[in-house]
Amino acid sequence: MNFGVVIFPGSNCDVDCFYVLRDVLKVNVDYIWHEDRDISKYDCIFLPGGFSYGDYLRTGAIARFSPVMDEICEFAEKGKLVIGICNGFQILTEAGLLPGALRRNKTLKFICDNVEIIVENNQTPFTRLYEKGKKISLPIAHGEGNYYVDENTLEELKKNNQIVFKYVEDVNGSTDRVAGVCNKKGNVLGMMPHPERASEKILGNSDGLILFKSILDYLLSR
Amino acid sequence: MLIAKIRVMSKKGIADPQGLAVKSGLNTMGFEDVMDVRIGKYIEVMIKETDKEKVREQVNDMCKKLLANPVIEDYFFEIVEG
Amino acid sequence: MENNIWEAFGLSKEEYQKIKEILGREPNTVELGMFGVMWSEHCSYKNSKPVLKLFPTKGDRVIQGPGENAGIVDIGDGLAVAMKIESHNHPSAIEPYQGAATGVGGIVRDIFAMGARPIALLDSLRFGDLEDEKVKYLFSGVVAGIAGYGNCIGIPTVGGEVYFNSSYNGNPLVNAMCIGLIEHGKIRKGRAEGVGNPVMVVGASTGRDGIGGASFASEELSEKSEEKRPAVQVGDPFMEKLLLEACMEIFETDYVVGIQDLGAAGLTSALSETASRADSGIEIDVSLVPRREEGMTPYEVMLSESQERMLLIVKKGKEEEVKKIFRKWGLSASVIGFVTDDGMLRVKDNGKIVAEIPAKALAENAPVYYREYRKPQYMDELSFLDLNEIPVPEDMNKVLLKLFSSPNLCSRKWIYRQYDYMVRTDTIVVPGGDASVLRVKGTKKGIAVTTDCNSRYCYLNPFVGGQIAVAEAARNIVATGAKPLAITDGLNFGNPEKPEIFWQFREAVLGISDACEKLGIPVVSGNVSFYNETEGKAIYPTPIIGMVGLIEDIDRVVTHYFKDEGDIVVLIGENKEELGASEYLSVIYGLEKGKVPGIDLNNEKVIQEFLLKCVEGNLIKSCHDVSDGGLAIALAECSFAKNLGIEIDINSDIRQDAILFGESQSRFIITIEPEKLNLLEKLIKTNKIPYSILGKVKGTDIIIRINGVTKINLAVNQIKKIWEGTLECFVG
Repeated sequence: MNFGVVIFPGSNCDVDCFYVLRDVLKVNVDYIWHEDRDISKYDCIFLPGGFSYGDYLRTGAIARFSPVMDEICEFAEKGKLVIGICNGFQILTEAGLLPGALRRNKTLKFICDNVEIIVENNQTPFTRLYEKGKKISLPIAHGEGNYYVDENTLEELKKNNQIVFKYVEDVNGSTDRVAGVCNKKGNVLGMMPHPERASEKILGNSDGLILFKSILDYLLSR
Repeated sequence: MLIAKIRVMSKKGIADPQGLAVKSGLNTMGFEDVMDVRIGKYIEVMIKETDKEKVREQVNDMCKKLLANPVIEDYFFEIVEG
Repeated sequence: MENNIWEAFGLSKEEYQKIKEILGREPNTVELGMFGVMWSEHCSYKNSKPVLKLFPTKGDRVIQGPGENAGIVDIGDGLAVAMKIESHNHPSAIEPYQGAATGVGGIVRDIFAMGARPIALLDSLRFGDLEDEKVKYLFSGVVAGIAGYGNCIGIPTVGGEVYFNSSYNGNPLVNAMCIGLIEHGKIRKGRAEGVGNPVMVVGASTGRDGIGGASFASEELSEKSEEKRPAVQVGDPFMEKLLLEACMEIFETDYVVGIQDLGAAGLTSALSETASRADSGIEIDVSLVPRREEGMTPYEVMLSESQERMLLIVKKGKEEEVKKIFRKWGLSASVIGFVTDDGMLRVKDNGKIVAEIPAKALAENAPVYYREYRKPQYMDELSFLDLNEIPVPEDMNKVLLKLFSSPNLCSRKWIYRQYDYMVRTDTIVVPGGDASVLRVKGTKKGIAVTTDCNSRYCYLNPFVGGQIAVAEAARNIVATGAKPLAITDGLNFGNPEKPEIFWQFREAVLGISDACEKLGIPVVSGNVSFYNETEGKAIYPTPIIGMVGLIEDIDRVVTHYFKDEGDIVVLIGENKEELGASEYLSVIYGLEKGKVPGIDLNNEKVIQEFLLKCVEGNLIKSCHDVSDGGLAIALAECSFAKNLGIEIDINSDIRQDAILFGESQSRFIITIEPEKLNLLEKLIKTNKIPYSILGKVKGTDIIIRINGVTKINLAVNQIKKIWEGTLECFVG
């Protein structure tokens, strides 16, 4: 089992994801520089949070043209796992790997807080160890987490069970309070909350660790 | 040299919280007749090419791929002499 | 040379004469510009040096004291913490977002210039009356700027403080503190060593930003200051993140022998300081410096304060390797000169010499001024408080709620919710408590960090105010179970050329030094900001104490809030009848006068050491220091996190408002399990600690009885709603 964490210029949460994988779960993990082209050895790739390219122009707009993203598109096509957290989610929507777009929070302010999330879909490789409908607590830290899809796409997402996480309360104006979605195949997940910040007891919250363990569970079961 | 003058605006019908906040501010300042405010981006791109049609095509491509997000934004541009 | 040409450069006639003596000739414009910025108060500390010498700067754990880009203290296991606080007051008054943002950028560079990975930021802020529209604008802008820069660069802003007082109406204070982690063997210095070694500028290109910014900080603000807008720099946190990562990679190699960030006075200060420290010289050609603008003159290049640039002294032959690393991160790295052995800073433009000054003359030999000082008249007038003029209120509930709805005592969540305080997953004690605490991955250690200063105390008695600032910072550190290690000081005052202001400055430093000696906490770095005055009216003296502490076992960390029903609430320390200088007096009676609460530093030390013993023995479940607003405020603050109320009984003859809201020093509120009370009391008696058992954690109401009569009876929820909603009411 091999994990990869991509570093774009401006990524910040790469070290946090890496730490959970290498030091908490003790699995094989490498950093992937955004210009690397060979990602064949990996089973699951993380696009971490941060401010790739300073969030200039639009968040994720420039990072999505990094050389590694071509490879990641193919990687996802093959059915391998891709998870985008926060800025990673933004990059995945800009790259067209996930539907919708992330816009500025309706309060126009950056929000850093622990929020209540509901697991809507526990059939994905990322959520199979969660109880469906269960409320969990995860940290958010974003200025552009306001998820937007038009009405037709929203209907499709609902029909295909692509809404994976929802906020219990409306924190940032997201359509239908969507906090995370997956693609139709269910192998690409994008989420605004940070599971890597809730993976150790000492941090006060380990609801995020279940997501990582779900991935391990899925990969081991194949 | 040609200059592409590009406007990127949120699609109509999409909520514009920034515009709303600015409208409130203007109303509070006494500009009560202000009905709506929408905020977008203005981008200038300076290009070495002199063939207007060629540049138009290039700029269209730039907008579609990078400068605007077609899911939530529309773009408009004109090409002028530099 | 025109008459009085020196004035345009912020120099006096005498200073100009001295320059002529040093050079043995008239200086040209470029040279005058360089002297002007390096000999400004901001860069040379010419007014403050003699007084700053009073600080104790040595200690067992001090690896680097004042004089380098940041101070460094040992935390054991071969690790150390770099720490520094810096002000960016004048730019923030003109353009709050960018002023604050570039303040953060500057302090972060100071930390990684030492080779340390920055791990946390804190902001200590002061603003005027929050009812004022301009103040709201400045406050919102500054917070947004700190958030915008700190969040983007990925360093958690974990703590800080903000106070509102009309003395800051025209002069907001923005002091940013940064700490970083480093291994002992990897500490970097800002020294230009090795004759012939190339000198490189890396990072952003040089534009016309902030030219004359250092002189600007050394003047008072007037209406004309708005015209100085070009002196404000625009920060690029993305560029700084790239610069940070590139430098961290460089530090893994041995290519670089010296590094310095380009801050105030840009290239002039970086070149002269690195040469001066190493007793060497540097020769550069400005035509080799990458520019952002066309047609820049040598003067402009030397004085530019464009952000996100570093100076590297590189091992000869390693230039290409260095360039390769910076290229990976998309940054430019250009050789602009080399180290010499003649002690001169020689500036050429396309081979022609345009300035030639001994490096030490710029960096070390600014004239030092022994300013006149005189106790201000207001001191005696304001120290007297006639308690007969202050009736004891009947309705203490009303008083408590009014206090919590005042800008200085309400929740700061509106602020820190805009800061990413969790990035890097090291923040164990988040904002909202006493000190913030970070873990050190790979060890069992924790680092506690705080900033503190009560400027009202410092105004009414700068000496005692200075002592208390240190004591309170130490209290906040100790409340989390950490041992205070070292201080970085951010001293903010008015115009030092006024004897009354200089007296305030000197007294504050004396008070701080006294507390540092008695508590055994050295000062390892700091910053002075003078001229915080508008139209002759100065700010309250504001000597901010940034302090770092160490917990050997992070599992022992203590937080401030009540944990469980049934826990016993104990007051460590004594309530005295001291209403002077209190927040209560200011908010309820509109008075800022009286005797500042007394502080016995020996007593303080004993109590702090006692508390650390309790933490070691796993005795206490929560700990909160009592400060602004007094005991009732502190008790309520402990109830919010888990909505746990208390039932308290106090028996005392002193005035009831003094019991509830007086700000007597050296007090802590702790809670313990009932089973451990005996053990605690034994320890208390052995160590002769003053204490009283207040009551129990119980229910969801705050009930406080004095001499059997209920004086406070409010639902926790009711108080919390007001506490949480206040800042939002003001600034939305």
